[in-house]
Amino acid sequence: MSARRVDPARDVARTETAEPVTITVDGEPVTGVRGQSIAGVVMAAGRSASTGGALRRTAGAGAPRGVFCGIGVCFDCLVTVDGVRDVRACQRRAVEGAVVTTQGEPLPARVERVEGERRG
Amino acid sequence: MVEPADLAGAGAEVRDVEVLVVGGGPAGLAAADAARRSGARVVLVEGGDDVGGQYWRHLPAERPAAAEAQLHHGWSTFAGLRRTLAGDPGCEVLTGASVWAVEPGAGALVVRVLVTPSGQADAPGRRHLALRPAALVVATGAHDLTLPFPGWDLPGVVTGGAAQAFAKSERLAVGERVVVAGAGPFLLPVASSLLDTGARVLEVAEAAGPAQLTRGWGPLLTGGGAGVFAAGLSGVGVLAGKTRELAGYVAALTAARVPYRTATGVVAARGDGRVEEVVLARLDATWAPVPGTERVVAADALAVSHGFTPRLEVALAAGAAVAGSGAGAGFVAVDDRGATSAPGVWAAGEVTGIGGADAALVEGALAGLAAAEALGHPAGPEVDGLLRRRRVLRAFADRLAAAHAPRPGWLAQVTDDTVVCRCEEVTAGRLRSVAQATASAADAPAGSRSLRLTTRAGLGPCQGRVCGHAVDAVLGCGLPASTGTTRPPVSHQRRPLAVPVRLGELADLPPATTPTSPATSQPTSEETP
Ligand SMILES: Cc1cc2nc3c(=O)[nH]c(=O)nc-3n(C[C@H](O)[C@H](O)[C@H](O)COP(=O)(O)OP(=O)(O)OC[C@H]3O[C@@H](n4cnc5c(N)ncnc54)[C@H](O)[C@@H]3O)c2cc1C
Ligand code: FES
Repeated sequence: MSARRVDPARDVARTETAEPVTITVDGEPVTGVRGQSIAGVVMAAGRSASTGGALRRTAGAGAPRGVFCGIGVCFDCLVTVDGVRDVRACQRRAVEGAVVTTQGEPLPARVERVEGERRG
Repeated sequence: MVEPADLAGAGAEVRDVEVLVVGGGPAGLAAADAARRSGARVVLVEGGDDVGGQYWRHLPAERPAAAEAQLHHGWSTFAGLRRTLAGDPGCEVLTGASVWAVEPGAGALVVRVLVTPSGQADAPGRRHLALRPAALVVATGAHDLTLPFPGWDLPGVVTGGAAQAFAKSERLAVGERVVVAGAGPFLLPVASSLLDTGARVLEVAEAAGPAQLTRGWGPLLTGGGAGVFAAGLSGVGVLAGKTRELAGYVAALTAARVPYRTATGVVAARGDGRVEEVVLARLDATWAPVPGTERVVAADALAVSHGFTPRLEVALAAGAAVAGSGAGAGFVAVDDRGATSAPGVWAAGEVTGIGGADAALVEGALAGLAAAEALGHPAGPEVDGLLRRRRVLRAFADRLAAAHAPRPGWLAQVTDDTVVCRCEEVTAGRLRSVAQATASAADAPAGSRSLRLTTRAGLGPCQGRVCGHAVDAVLGCGLPASTGTTRPPVSHQRRPLAVPVRLGELADLPPATTPTSPATSQPTSEETP
């Protein structure tokens, strides 16, 4: 068991039926609803996804990491989206067909430094 | 010094602004509204996809809900503010607009903003703005402070704010069986929002014990349990809204039979690849776990918050001083009307002290009026009433802060193999052994900085936002430290950039305008060990 979306039929907020959105995570399709973040879609897929609900692995211990702060300040949820590295999955909206790959290499000390190394 | 000519570089749109408000939470919205009522022209920049801040974090436009107000307190206040500002040609609200640097300019500060299309956070090629405000109101709020424990880095362990954010903005329960733990009244809305998602909240564990709670909440309190909140909140008219709100949470917890245990804390989270069980223990009056009292609870999520820490980057870069002592220590120092130590810069809301949304609204209004007044738009008679409300709300907030402030014994839960700096995977054991190896009374202040360079603790992408306080505490600096040490805290709050910027985006700026001000730059040795 893990995270799950509220059943619209029983939601006190009375959310209207939402359109499904399918993204791929490490090549595997994962479906959420429109308006969700990539992190939310991955979390709700939970253990059924090959990542087990984690968003990345750490460089040192290879430990799985998932969402922590949920509001864009901890950077624990960095993923690659459509080839662009270091996107905060909790801040990025899931759009149909987005290609998400998990990262397992060292995190950038600062985003722009890694960009610089890649360019240089 | 940035000359206007430097600003006209590739892609950077330069604009003069009368009152610039940074942050679209309760404080920023109230500041913008108040400054407009005085007649000042306002630009409000909010980094998120919509205004509302943490308190009114809500579903995105593509996911409408007929009864969204059910998830919020004061939703009509929010809806009113948003409608007023959106329909006002004298106020421009920019969303997806993050301030990433503030520089001294010719006559005015230069506030650098990156604008991202809705939903596309961290996409490359964002639009640059350089705003030159006559008055700046910083209302950047706060984020959760979570004290580390073994296993806090497992997926499924989230901050209370994260549980809240996913419940409110995605209608997602972070787990089916959730433990809520930490300290502070914020645990109550977190638990209540989780119940609203249909999750089971197994228990709410509050670290503060009855003695600490009673001293903070006042002599009205008798006994422990959730009842303390209802009992402690009678009387004062200004607090009526807060009282009703907290009483509502207590009622929700009671109806769902969620145990609320004081003097209780998480000592570990365990599981294979994600949290499967949470170990709770009784805490003594110093918050140290009492040996032999551990209990194991099977859970698939754990939401932990021990309070909030201010988002100081923009205020610091604008030159505002942080209070060094007293109730507001560590927050932006302001006078009653929000003036900071920096001329032309005001601050309001949780960046100036944790007071909740009601306080943020009042402080935002005061700061907005003060900023407009400084530009020749006198404030009306409402100031006195706002000042009175602020005093009551602040006094209340200070009491709460005392009732739930971390006690030094919490460090006992940080075993040597606990990861303290999550980004760089630095354990407490590593910090302690490096600290011991390099300890010498004479180099203590410099030592704390070199320790960070040696271990890289706090130098990862979060730049110490999450671990800074804990790293300092484990090293015996700052608050809440262990006992008897005099090492000053490391300045982990000074960050070169308020939000991440890609090199390609910096390259779009002319060289003279990359951040170079003393307030925003760090010695390069800290960046590249
Ligand atoms: C995740 C979370 C959830 C919370 N939920 C609740 C709750 O349910 N109930 C409760 O009583 N309290 C809650 N709080 C406490 C909350 O902080 C306050 O009650 C209230 O929201 C404070 O208002 P504020 O305007 O001071 O700050 P905030 O509401 O935090 O607003 C600050 C705004 O500034 C923006 N910002 C920050 N930095 C920048 C930048 N560099 N550039 C542009 N914009 C920026 C942020 O995106 C944010 O929208 C929560 C706190 C957090 C962290
Ligand atoms: S979970 Fe913290 S930045 Fe995304």
